[in-house]
Amino acid sequence: MTAYEKLKEARSQNRPTASAYISKLITDPIEFHGDRCFGDDPAIIGGVGLLGNIPVTYIATERGTATEERIKRNFGCPKPEGYRKALRLMKQAEKFHRPVITLVDTSGAFCGKDAEERGQGQAIAENLACMMGLRTPIIAVIIGEGESGGALGIAVADRVYMLENAVYSVISPEGCASILWKDSSRAPEMAENLKITAKYMKKFGIAERIIPEQFDRFHAMCGEMKKILYHDIMLLKEKSCDTLLEERYARFRRIGRVDKSV
Amino acid sequence: MRNNLAELFRKSMNALEKGGITAVPGEKIVCPSCKRMSVKKALQKDGMVCRCGYHFRLTARERISLIFDKENNHELFAGIRSSDPLAFPGYAGKLAAAGASSGEREAVVCGVGMIRGKKCAYFVMDTNFMMASMGSAVGEKITRLFEFAAKNKLPVIGFTASGGARMQEGVLSLMQMAKVSGAVKKHSDKGLLYITVLTDPTTGGVTASFAMQGDIILSEPGALVGFAGKRIIEQTTGTTLPDSFQKAEFVLEHGFIDAVIPRTKLRIKLAQLLYFHENEVQE
Repeated sequence: MTAYEKLKEARSQNRPTASAYISKLITDPIEFHGDRCFGDDPAIIGGVGLLGNIPVTYIATERGTATEERIKRNFGCPKPEGYRKALRLMKQAEKFHRPVITLVDTSGAFCGKDAEERGQGQAIAENLACMMGLRTPIIAVIIGEGESGGALGIAVADRVYMLENAVYSVISPEGCASILWKDSSRAPEMAENLKITAKYMKKFGIAERIIPEQFDRFHAMCGEMKKILYHDIMLLKEKSCDTLLEERYARFRRIGRVDKSV
Repeated sequence: MRNNLAELFRKSMNALEKGGITAVPGEKIVCPSCKRMSVKKALQKDGMVCRCGYHFRLTARERISLIFDKENNHELFAGIRSSDPLAFPGYAGKLAAAGASSGEREAVVCGVGMIRGKKCAYFVMDTNFMMASMGSAVGEKITRLFEFAAKNKLPVIGFTASGGARMQEGVLSLMQMAKVSGAVKKHSDKGLLYITVLTDPTTGGVTASFAMQGDIILSEPGALVGFAGKRIIEQTTGTTLPDSFQKAEFVLEHGFIDAVIPRTKLRIKLAQLLYFHENEVQE
C-alpha cells in the first residue's frame, strides 16, 4: 500500500474505533468523565480497568461509529476539556501507581472558537510537560490517525506502537499540500513526502512496535495486542521511577536530525 | 506616493506575515495599524513601537540588543542548523534562502546574558527565518538551552514567535514539542524560573508546548497568540471572527497570559522579575 492508501485506510469508517479495542483489551472497564473544570469532552474517553490482572488507566480519542455519535464526539477531535480530563486521569494513575495505556486516533485537536477561548494550546502544552514527568509507565498505541499536536497531547509515552496501517504526522497531507503547494489534491504525493507510515516511525525511533492488523479476526488480534501490552508493562513496571523518566526523556531527546558546524 | 513607497517592500504573504515588512535601513516605514509613516531610525529609538502603540516585529538580534545588557552576552549553540531529514522537496532551497535573507542559521537564537546585571539564559525566535517554524534544529537548540540552564542553575527567558511546526520535517518536527517540554519540565523540577514572552505571532505547536509552559507568561500588546489558525477556524465553522480574536488582550481576558507588557517596559519588568526570584533557588 502507498502512504496515501494507508492514510485512507487509517481514516476508514469501517475500522474499529478506540471503544472496540478497549472492550477487548480491558476487563471490566469503568469510564470516568469530566475535567472537573468545565465539562466532559466526548472526543476523549478514559477510565480504569484490568489488563490481565493489572489495574490500568486507559485514555483514548474516540471518533464514534454511527453518524449521530460521530457528530457528538466531534469526529474524535478533542477540546481543551478533553485534554484536561486526560491529564486528570493520568495524575490519578500516577497517584495509584497504575500504568497508563492510551489509544490515539484523531485528525487533530478540535479547531474552533470555543477551543481557542479555553486554551487549546495551553491544554496540550500542559499534557506534554506532565506526561514527560509522569511517574508511572505510559504506552501509547496509534490505532488509526495520529495527527498533529492533538495526537501528541495523549501520546507522550515510554513505548509507542503503531498499527500496521496507522499513520503519524505533523499535519494532514491535504493541509500540507494546500499550504506548500496551494493544491490539496496533491495529498497522495505529499503523504509520501511526509513519511507518515508505521515503517518510518520505527525507523525514526518514534515507535517501538508495529502491530499487524487482522480485523476479520479482531478478537484474536486484540488478544495478541494484550499479550504485548502486558509484557511491556511488566518490563516497565520493574524499572524505578527515576530510571523510567530518564529513559523516557532520552527516548524523545534523540528524535530529530540536525547539522552541526562550528 | 504612499502606494509607490509601499511597493518597495515585500508584500505580506499571508495573515501570519502581516506586519512583517522589513524596511531598508534609513528608509521610512508605514505603520500597518495607523498608516503613519515614520523614519525607521526614529522608530528604533522607541524599540520599533509606533506612536499609536503598534509593535513592529523585531529580528532576534534587535530583540537581544533591546532587552539584554551589552556586556556578558554570549550566544550558545550557534552552529546547530537544520538538515533535511526527510529529503523533502524544495526544503534545502528554502533553508538556504531563509539563511540568506535573515542572516541567521536557524529560526532561534540562544544565549546567556544579563538584564540590568541579572544573569539568565535566553532564547529568541526570529520570524524572518521560515516564519520561525520549529524543526529539529529549533527543538534541539531550545532543549540544549534548558539543559544548560538547569546545569548552571539559571532562569530562562524565552521570546516566542512561530508559525508552528516545520512541516518539511514531518513528524520529526512534531516530536520536538515533546522533546522541549521534557527539558522545560526538568528545568522546572529544579525550582528554576522560566518566563515566556509571547510575541507576534505565537501559534501552532509552539503555543501547544513551550510558549505556554512558563511559570510566568507575558506578552507584547497586540501579539497574535493561538493554536489553530483564525482562517481555518472560520472555514471549518463557517463563522467570521472579530479582529480581536487571538490577540494578546483576548488571551489575557480568557486567563492564559499573566500580563501584557509594552515593549518599552519589558526590560525593566524582566529585570524585576529576575530579582524577585533570585533567592528562590534551592541548592
